[in-house]
Parts: sequence; structure tokens; C-alpha cells
Amino acid sequence: MNLRRIGISLIAPAMGLVISLAATAVIIIAIGADISTVFASMWNYGTSPRAMSLMLNLATIYFLSALAVSIGFKMNLFNIGVNGQYVLGALAGAVVASNLTLPKVASVTVTILVAMFVGALWAGIAAWLKVARGVSEVISTIMLNFIAIGIISYIIVRTSIGTETSLNIRGTKPIPESGMLRGIAFLDPGTPIYGFFFISIIIGIGYWFLLNRTRFGFDLRATGKSASAARTSGVQSNRMIYVTMLLSGAVAGLVGLPYLLGDTGSYTLQFPTDWGFVGIAIALLGRNNPLGIALGAILWAFLDISSGQLILEGVPREISTIMQGLIVIVVVISYEIVRRYQVKSEQTSVAKALAKQEATV
Amino acid sequence: MSQSALAVELKGIWKRFPGVIANKDINLQVALGTVHAIVGENGAGKSTLMKILYGMQKADEGTISINGTNFVFNSPSDAIESGIGMVHQHFMLADNFTVLENIVLGSEPKNGIRLDFAKARKQISEIAAENGLAVDPDVLVSELGVGDRQRIEILKVLYRGAKILILDEPTAVLVPHEVDELFNTLRDLKQEGYTVIFISHKLDEVLSIADEITVIRQGTTVGSVNPHTQKVSARDLAEMMVGNELPTPESVGDTIQDEVVLKVENLSVFAKGGKAIVDDISFQIHAGEILGIAGVEGNGQAEILDALMGIESASGQVYFKNEDITKKSTRHRRELGIGFIPEDRHRQALMLEAPLWENRMLGHQTREPNSKGIWLTPRSAKADTKRIVEEYDVRTPSIDVLASALSGGNQQKLIVGREMSGEPKLLIAAHPTRGVDVGAQAAIWDHIRDARQAGLAVLLVSADLDELIGLSDNIKVLLRGKFVADADPATVTPQELGTAMTGAGEAA
Amino acid sequence: MTYLKSRRFIGAAFTAITMLSITRTITGNGDLTSTVTIAQALVFASPIALAGLAGIWAERAGVINIGLEGMMILGTFGAGWAGWQWGVWAGVLAGVIFGAIGGLLLAVAAVTFGVDQIIAGTAINLLALGLTKFLAIVLFTNAPGGGQAQSPPIKGEIPTFTIESIVEPLTSLHEKGIFFISDFAGILAGLFYQLSLLTIITFLLFIMTSYLLWKTAFGLRLRSAGENPWAADSLGVKVVQFKYAAVVFSGMLAGLGGAYLSIASTIYRNGNTAGRGYIGLATMIFGDWRPGGTAAGALMFGYIDTLRLIDTGNQNVKGLILLGAIILFAIGGIMLRKAKRNSAIGFLILGSVMIGAYFSATSFPPEVAQVAPYITTLLVLATASQNLRPPAADGVPYRKGDHH
Repeated sequence: MNLRRIGISLIAPAMGLVISLAATAVIIIAIGADISTVFASMWNYGTSPRAMSLMLNLATIYFLSALAVSIGFKMNLFNIGVNGQYVLGALAGAVVASNLTLPKVASVTVTILVAMFVGALWAGIAAWLKVARGVSEVISTIMLNFIAIGIISYIIVRTSIGTETSLNIRGTKPIPESGMLRGIAFLDPGTPIYGFFFISIIIGIGYWFLLNRTRFGFDLRATGKSASAARTSGVQSNRMIYVTMLLSGAVAGLVGLPYLLGDTGSYTLQFPTDWGFVGIAIALLGRNNPLGIALGAILWAFLDISSGQLILEGVPREISTIMQGLIVIVVVISYEIVRRYQVKSEQTSVAKALAKQEATV
Repeated sequence: MSQSALAVELKGIWKRFPGVIANKDINLQVALGTVHAIVGENGAGKSTLMKILYGMQKADEGTISINGTNFVFNSPSDAIESGIGMVHQHFMLADNFTVLENIVLGSEPKNGIRLDFAKARKQISEIAAENGLAVDPDVLVSELGVGDRQRIEILKVLYRGAKILILDEPTAVLVPHEVDELFNTLRDLKQEGYTVIFISHKLDEVLSIADEITVIRQGTTVGSVNPHTQKVSARDLAEMMVGNELPTPESVGDTIQDEVVLKVENLSVFAKGGKAIVDDISFQIHAGEILGIAGVEGNGQAEILDALMGIESASGQVYFKNEDITKKSTRHRRELGIGFIPEDRHRQALMLEAPLWENRMLGHQTREPNSKGIWLTPRSAKADTKRIVEEYDVRTPSIDVLASALSGGNQQKLIVGREMSGEPKLLIAAHPTRGVDVGAQAAIWDHIRDARQAGLAVLLVSADLDELIGLSDNIKVLLRGKFVADADPATVTPQELGTAMTGAGEAA
Repeated sequence: MTYLKSRRFIGAAFTAITMLSITRTITGNGDLTSTVTIAQALVFASPIALAGLAGIWAERAGVINIGLEGMMILGTFGAGWAGWQWGVWAGVLAGVIFGAIGGLLLAVAAVTFGVDQIIAGTAINLLALGLTKFLAIVLFTNAPGGGQAQSPPIKGEIPTFTIESIVEPLTSLHEKGIFFISDFAGILAGLFYQLSLLTIITFLLFIMTSYLLWKTAFGLRLRSAGENPWAADSLGVKVVQFKYAAVVFSGMLAGLGGAYLSIASTIYRNGNTAGRGYIGLATMIFGDWRPGGTAAGALMFGYIDTLRLIDTGNQNVKGLILLGAIILFAIGGIMLRKAKRNSAIGFLILGSVMIGAYFSATSFPPEVAQVAPYITTLLVLATASQNLRPPAADGVPYRKGDHH
């Protein structure tokens, strides 16, 4: 039964890929480019060692983001605020790390803790609004995203925390080398793979254990499957909302760290601010399952990195965003179809098996 | 066979669902101007048949003829047009709409595109007056009680000009006194030429109102009897329904011990507006005692159970074996050894899209054999699930199937088995054998009685008065949130209980 | 219609004008209630109002529409793309159609396939973002006056109306600075100053919605789909069709709102919606899923948006903060009367903080103004969310024959 179930769960993402590839092909033709050269050039570049290293780095970021989102999704809590949580976490981390002179392990640990704390705090606001005032977390986390950007803009532009880093870009002062986590270049000599890559693998494994092997994980999944049944079984829904949002926010806080500690060393106004939305897409794609998310993150990163080449073929790189959007819609619909089919087919096969049993008795 | 015109004739109806045949070659003849009852066990196929007659489902094979003409119903509108009206068992009313809006929905009187509210009001008042069904058209349905809601369902049907009324288990939520009122209404309708098809499993009532009774068992028609011309008893009907001898729940002996397991003092639950749904009740249950609570649905039973489990907030004190658990969480209460069989198994007791062994853990996830410390122990949970499946005769090919794949009765057996595991000291059970086939029902009663012998205390809420009287050591009657009477199960009759349940015997 | 004329509306308007007047008098800032400000507020309020109305249509039929933001984005894009080539009204039409397509997608995913409505809406937002970004690059980069992230200017303008005979005398009355009367005059004048045809259309759409949904059989059936679709189905109402119609129309309204935004800014620009779809949802919740309250909420947001955008001396933000403080105190007072001590204390503390901020600083950094609408949304939702009554089957996936 298990192999069959795995097979069935792969149908949806496979369909998503196929349909979006087809649609993308149509668009490429429409703009007048040549499909085979476009796809070939994407593939060739994408499989080069340098590109693969960049891909793993980006995948690390996406993986953490999707993980943060899926902690909430698993219990039907929609934390759309990963954007706000991670930028605040990254800023806080940058500020703290740039003022520390500790040995590397200690410095990175402190940075991580600070980022997690700030991310959790920001998510906690939405949790409180939901529990105490019944505010939908979808809207409140989105509002908090916008507010976070305002806060960051204020801090960097108008306080002394922001300084001129170079070429008219304002940001935090650079983190000393002892606080950075640059990584190892084992695929391509010139492109290190973030140290955070390995940390996120550990986090992913930890997430799997938490979800499937602990009591808390059971409570979380039960709440997602039937909030009323979970409540009757002893789960305290308010407490679950708080813990889940705080956990989700804490992981979200980490999303900016791979880039911060592995690359720039400073939080500037140019720090990317939309990794949270990517996380939502990948969480949907990977069905909130650590392995699925990992694969989804790699796929996404591949599309992003390899599409950078497309400008040479006259195709804007943003075509990858259309592919991604299409994948999400198709996959989400396919999952639903597959799920219904699964439930129905189980009912039928159970009834059949029972009838057989009774016949032989 | 009578020569009078046939209002409804169903010939050779078949209906299959994935994995189960709901209707097998059903034949039914309903004479015009009669009350025709259809009886059968839960799951026998009565509801499906009526859904087909009403156009909510389509038969796979067979014909429907109304007043001699064959029809094919593709939707309820078709059936409505042929003069059929269905009064559902589970009321289909929109709480946030007024009585008027609920009645006219789908057949609104119009003035251009405007809804003619005045005309609707007039029409409703006329029909209501004609048939003695008093309603205020502008009240929100959310503010109405069960009896009123049923009246609205009947009005809905009359408003659309139905001549053939189908009533699906109409007395499930009524007590004998209200049932009499309903039956009077039905007799009046019959006089005026309406035909009534009446689905029920309450055999005493059926015998008192029906002109003809058709029995359905396991999807097919077993036979028809005419209580006016043939001598037939409820027991005869029951045997036709079940096909073999019926078990009766009979209490064995005195098992009550001295220890007080549950003590409840001044328990009150308040609704949002301040009204007391549960009004200052107190009671005790000893080890080895089954306390039954009799009451019409909606008098506070559900709230009492939720309050005892810690799911709803309440005022008062609750003691479990001398420990004050009034402020303790649901989880804590369960861990102390309180088992809970809730009323709504799909909403409160199961995760439908999870395998059986995970459902076995639900409610007990902090204890063995489901977990140790913070870690889950799936292996021992699965083994224990197999044990429950065996002991409680849960029909399933494996413990990995999703709960939704099981029939309602088997789901209930799993739930009962789960809650009886781990040696509970107190079992709080709401309708524990609802939907369970007769054989398994007897088995569950045996399990409960055995546990009682060993000292289990049980709080039993049930709409099945036979179950209540048969299992309980003591019965309290709940009316409007207060205990109004005690009954001795050894001597009380269902009629007496029903009277007390509606307060019909009291001064107004 | 009767709702508008009802006492509640008059009471609310009276309270609002009084608070504005108090704020204006204390700060001495006439801009707070001037003709120009109010007129501009209507322009900013309309897209949000349309989004809120779109939300009402969908949710009254039982479908949560988180995808409003995406549908609005599609609307802004359609207006930009068609508008620069064929004129303003082509832009409006394109915006509506593009929004409708978004609505159709949501209907297919959520109603036919039963995908969780919030997930489907989020997916549509993602798709809309990506699609418009891409198409902007492809279609606008080489167009005259356009760029990678914006369209060329939209040709033509929507007609506006000014009734001089009302505006002139009222504006001079406003300048006299008399408590309440001047402010009332300024506000009234603003309603008839450069009133855009699109705003009038928005207003008419609100009236039409009130009538259609609450006075006709069509509306009763649509609302029944959101209250108890199984009951409706048992009475022969075609629930699925109504849900589709409602969601597609919802998309059209959101698209119209987006078109309004582009036209008001004269171009399509990436990110122009800035969360207005979600703010629209907030006004819908604030308005208890009814057009009247939604319009009131939208007006409030439009007003805030206006103040911060035409804030020449950085004084408007100060005024806003004072106004905010007054409102918070008022709500805190109401909570106290209802014996909700904890909530009351929260509001009173917030109000005091704002009063302190008002008196301590002479001017505020622009970021405060920038986040004002979002903080306001949170406050609005925090006040309103708990005691409201959404349609009973809102958000519940409906499948024929599923019940019991």
C-alpha cells in the first residue's frame, strides 16, 4: 500500500510540471524564441558546477522558508508573514553579529538565536490577535509584512544603525569575519556552498521527527485534520495556535541568515524581501512534507538560477515566475483531485475486501 | 391489494454506492390519502430510497410513478413539481435567515425582480392557519427550538403545493406528547387528501399512525403489513427488520460500590446572552453505577458532557474521585481515566482522513501504548489497535485504512473500544450505540456491563429509551437544563419517561 | 436604500464629523477636512471599496476570496495594457475582464475541485504577481514612455464633475474654522468637487448590491449558498452556478478596483496595489459583510491614504495620530461600558501612547505614514472581528449530496 500511496502523491507535482512546461513553451513560442535552444541553454547552464552550487544555496533559503510556512499549514494556520518575520530577523541578526567579537561558533549561535527570537516575536503578534481578538491570521500577517518593511526602512535610513556601506547603499555595519559562516566550495572551486546548507538539513530532519514522532506533532497534525476532534481529544487550541505560530516565526527568522552569514555580511536596503512568498509556493508544492519541500526547493532554485541565462536568448528571466505560478495552481488542484480519488478508492477497496472476507467465512 | 389509486409506486429500484448496495430491487406501493410507514434498521436503505423519490439521488434501475404517471427526477425541483415534498430528518434550515426566507427560498413570489415579501407573508400565514401550524415569519430561525423548526419544514413543503409528504424520522427529536400533536396534524392532512410517507424505526409510533407499513431490511423490501386488517406487534415488525431474535438489554444485579467517582455540584453553563443552558445541577455517580440522563435533544445534555470534559467553560464544581478537576484541562481529565464517547463522532471523535491506528491514539496520545514521554510509539499503538479491532468486531481489512472507509457502525465500535481501553474509571457516553447494528450493539452493552462489574462508573446519555432503561441503574430526567425527576429503570415505562422529558405532566 | 437613510448611518456620520472636527480644532490643521482632501479621499477609497464589495459578493455565496489582491493586480495590469493603447475606457473594460478571469480560476479551483479556498486564493495571488511582472517586461519595456515595471501612460481621462454652486460657498464656509459646521461644510463640498465618474459608478454598484442581494429572489438564493447550501440544494437552488457567478463577479469588481488604481496613477506599475485587496477584505469584515459598513471602512482608509500622500508639512500625520488616539479612547470607553475590562485597558493604553507620541514630536518620519494604513487595518480588525456574523457556510467547501 505504501508504494502505491507514494506513487499517487507524485502524480500531482508531475502534472504540475508537465502542464507548466507546456504553457511555458507556448509563451516562449509566442515571444518568438526557440524552445529547444531555450530549454537546452537552461539545462546546460543549470547543470554546471557553479550553477549547481548557487542552486543549493538558494534552495537552502527556500527550504527554510517553506519549512516555516508548512509548520503553520499543517494545522491550517496560514502564516503568510514569513517575509516580515525573516527580514526583521535578518536585520536583528546583522545588528547583533556586527557588534560581537566572539569566536565563530558562539557568534553564529547567538545570531541564530536572535533571529529566531525576533521572527517568533513578530509572528506572535499575529497569534495574539487571532487568539485574543479573533483576527484572521492571513490578513494580519500580511499587514505585518508591510509594517515590517516600514520599520526596517526607518531603522536603516534614519537611525545610526544604518551606515553607508558602499556606493550609496545604506545598511548595517559589516559583520566581522569571525561571525560569518561562509561555507565550503566542494562542487565548484569559486562558489562556496553556504554553511547554512548543512544546518538546514539538520533542521529539516528535526522537523520530520517533531511532526511524526512526538506527541506535539500528533497534536499538530490532529488539529489540522479536524480541529473539533483534536479539541475533544485534549488539545488546547489556543495554546496550539501560539506554539505553532511562534515556532513558524522562529524558523522564518532564519531564512535570511544563509545569505547574510554566507555572503553579504550586512543587511542593506537591497536585501531580497520576497523569499517568504516563494516559501508558500514550495510548501504547497511539497505538501508540507520535509522531503517534498526539499525537492520542491531544489526545483524552484533550479528554475530561478538557470533562467538567468534566458536573457541571452531574448526571454526575460521572469518567465520562471510564470512557470512557478502555474505549477502552484495546477498542483494544488491536482492534489485535491488525487486526495478525493484516494479516499473514494479506499472506501471501495475496503468494502470489497470485507465482502470477500465474509464470503469465505 | 387495495383497489384505491396509488399515489406513489416504486418498481425495481436499485442504487449502488462505491462498495455498498444501498437499495436492492425495492418495490413500494403507497395508496392515495393514506399514511404509509417505511421501517427498517439504521443503514437498511430507507433514507437512500426517499432521496431517490425526492430527486436528490437517481436510481440506477427501476421506475417511479406518481398518480399513475411515470417520472424521472433529475433534481428536487422535478420532484417538487410532481407534488412531492420532503421533510428532512436533519433540518435543512439557514439559521441566519428568517422563517419567511427559509420557507420561500427557491420558490419566491416575485414582482419583477423584486422579492414580494408582503405576498409571501400573506401566503405563509394562510397555509399556517389552515393547518394549525403557528409561526412568526420574521423571526430568525437561529432563535427557534426544535419543535418550531419542524413546523417550518412542514410549512416549506406545503407552501410548494406538495400533495405527497415524505417525513424522514420526524419523531427522532420529539417526545410522546409532541409526537401526538404531529400525528394529529398528519391525520388532518390525510382527511384533506394528502398522502404521507413516514420513515421511522420507532415501531410503537408507527403502529399507532400508519395505515400500511413496509419493512426494509439490508436494502430490499421484506414485506408489507396493514395494521388495521392484520394483527401485528412491534416485536413482529422488529423481527422482520432484523431477521432474527432480538437481544434485550437487561441489567444483571447490584454492582454499585460506595466510592463516589464523579461528584458534580452546582454546574451551570451559560449561553452568550446570559441564559442558563445548564441550570445549577448536582449529582453523583458511584463506582459500578450507570447513571442515565433522559431528555429531549437540546435540553442541555451536550453542554453537560462538554463541561465535564473541560471542552466548554462552566461554573460550579466537578470532582473526580475527590480531586477537584473543575479548572483542569481536557487532557488532564482524560489522563485521570475519564473516557468520552461524544455525540457527533465525525466531528469530535475521529480524524476521517487518518488511518485507524492513528485514530486509536486520538484522545490518548499522551499515554501508553501510544506514547512514552514525548515520543510516539507507533508500533505498540498499532498492536493495540489490532486488539480493539478483534475484541469489538470492527469490520476492516486492516488497521491502515482511513477511518472514512469504514461504515458508521464500525467507526463507532472502534471509538467505543478505544475509550474502554486503558481501564477508565469513568465513561461519559453519548448515544454509544448509535448506528451500530443490533448484534454489535448487544456486544457493546456486554462490554459496558462487564466493566461496570469491575467498578467502572458510567454517565449515559441516550435517545434510545430502551437502551437507557435497559442499561442504567438510575435515571435522571433533564428538562431545560435542570433535573426535574428521577426514574427507576426497573419500573418506569418509555411513555412515563417521555412525559417527564417534556414536562407535559407538569403544570404550565 | 433604507439602510442608507437609517438612523445608524446618520449617527455614524455625526460621530465621525465630530471627531474630525475636534482633531482639526486642536491641531489647527484645516487640511484635515478641506474640500480637496475629501475629494481625494473618495478617489483613494474607491478601489478599496470595490475590493470590499468584491469580497462581499464572494463570501455571501460562501467562498472566501483571498485572491482579491491577485485579481486587483490583474485589473491594474489590464487597465495599463489596454489603456495606453486604446484609451481609458478600454482600460476599464480590460481591467474588469482580467479580474473576471482571476475570479473564474478561483471558482474552478475552489468550487469545482474543492481546493481549500485560502490556498487557492494564495495560489492565484502568486500567479498574478508572476504573470504581470513577466508581461510587463515583455510588453512595456520597449513601449514609448514605458519601462520594465510600468506601462506607458494611459490615454485619456475619466470625466469628473464639479458642482461649483455647492462647492464655492461651502469651501469658504470651511475656511471660517467654525467648530463642526465648517468641517461639515468642507466634507460636503469635497463630495461634489472633481467627482470622478468611476466613483459614481462605484457608488451605484454599492446601491445595486444592496438591492440585488437583499431584495430579490436572486439575492436570496445567492446568500443561501453561503448560509446553508445543502438546504438550498434541497429546494432546487442551483448552488454551484450561484457560487460561480458570485466569484466571477467578485473578480470583476476587484478588477475594476485595480483599473481605478491604474487610471488614478495614470500608469500601471508593479506593486501599485500595495495590499489594497487585503485591506478591502478588512473593510468587508469591519462592515459585517454588508455594503454600508464596508463603504464606511473604505472611506476611512481612503481618508488615511490621502492624508499621508498630500502631507506637505508633515502635519497631517500628526493629525492622524491625534484622531487615532481619540478613536482609541472612544472605543476603550465603549468596552468599559460593556464590562470588557481587558480589551478596554488595551485600547486605552494604545490611545495614551498615541497621545504621548502626538505631544512629544513635532514631526514624524515618513515611514509612520507609510505604515499607517496597515496598522489601522490591524486595529480595525482587532476591534471588529469578534462579534460579527459571517455567512454560516462561508469557507466551507460544498459538494452536492455531501451532507449527512
